[in-house]
Amino acid sequence: MITVDIEKKLRGYGGQQVLKIAKEFPTGSITKIYGPSGAGKTTFLKIIAGLVAPEKGKIVFEGDTWLDTDTKISLSPQKRKVGFVFQNYALFPNMTIRQHLEYATDDEQWINRLFKMGKLDTLATHKPDYLSGGQQQRLAILRALAIKPKLLLMDEPFSALDPEMRSELIKELRSVWKEFGMTVLIVSHDQRELDGNADGELFITNP
Amino acid sequence: MDLTPIWLTLKLAGITTLVLLLIGLPLAYWLSKGRSFVKIILEAIITMPLVLPPSVLGFYLLMAFSPKHGIGGWLQKVFDVQLVFSFPGLVLASVIYSMPFMIGPIKSALQQLPVSLAQASYTLGKSERQTFTKVLLPNIRASVLTAAILTFAHTLGEFGVVLMIGGNIPGVTRVASIAVYDSVENMDYHSANAYSLTLFCITFVMVVSVFVFNKYKAKSPLE
Repeated sequence: MITVDIEKKLRGYGGQQVLKIAKEFPTGSITKIYGPSGAGKTTFLKIIAGLVAPEKGKIVFEGDTWLDTDTKISLSPQKRKVGFVFQNYALFPNMTIRQHLEYATDDEQWINRLFKMGKLDTLATHKPDYLSGGQQQRLAILRALAIKPKLLLMDEPFSALDPEMRSELIKELRSVWKEFGMTVLIVSHDQRELDGNADGELFITNP
Repeated sequence: MDLTPIWLTLKLAGITTLVLLLIGLPLAYWLSKGRSFVKIILEAIITMPLVLPPSVLGFYLLMAFSPKHGIGGWLQKVFDVQLVFSFPGLVLASVIYSMPFMIGPIKSALQQLPVSLAQASYTLGKSERQTFTKVLLPNIRASVLTAAILTFAHTLGEFGVVLMIGGNIPGVTRVASIAVYDSVENMDYHSANAYSLTLFCITFVMVVSVFVFNKYKAKSPLE
């Protein structure tokens, strides 16, 4: 179970606004997060990962306090070690696909399985610049999975994939999430993208 | 032509570049992360050699390095190190004088990298040091090389600061730019031309190499 109760000031076109979210996500659940642009969906994921600090709040993951502004506890992203799929992929231009995965894990068997899952095995020595948008997005997902995180945060992870590849990948991902008992939060713009695959929803509206 | 001033110049430029690489990389990284009043002041101090007349900088360094007072006096007393009219003093002055050429391009390149690159590395459990060496540094390689070449080339061309701190001691502080000035003063235009041409060729090759290395990435060595 992850319990999140945070407040974060956001700067938008309409001046300063406050993002306020209080929600519990059961262990092993898949939650779809949606809402209008600029509502703070990405900021919300980054707060959970420890990449952005909220003004006020508390985050408890399976009994461990990751953040508590009252007692000034704030674990670093390295200690929280959540899997994070960035909206802009954030791939490392200097690394090949294989090097991306090797940077994240030493487990060779796991790397080979990820390669197959993302259908990237034939492109192992390619750098991100030489990959299509869809291939880059798949690599971003595989890199986040490489550390076998207990919590996986995905920011628009399927936007560049064609419908066939998307449904195939989601099917594969579901079995990995289940196998490792991952709790997954997915930001999505497409209302129907996760139809039948999400256990819960979180609507974030403009504050 | 006496080649000693040329070798001395290359030695000074090489050591200055190495020292500045060691200091410059962590300092530029620190400066590239966020803004604070301390950082603004420090950056202004680092940038001062770009706008100050070299003689002004040389004068203050001469005062600071003087064995009679200040840092120079302390170094002389405690470590028996003399900075004025010595090669180590020349290196220290060059490091201060050329610092903006090393820090500027590296800091700018680090700031241009998407923040999410470092963030992605942190979420994989990697420390700041690992992230810097494995992710950030390899992706600003061209800028680091440009900064190193600019620093080297700029040190080759130093005159005012070198003259104030080092004077004109053959084999110790008489670098090529001083040798050109000295030769002209003695009406030895042949030697002045030989030193000048050598400096011109070395600098030209370095600037061309920046263009070649950055082939498609940069349109100017100053980028």
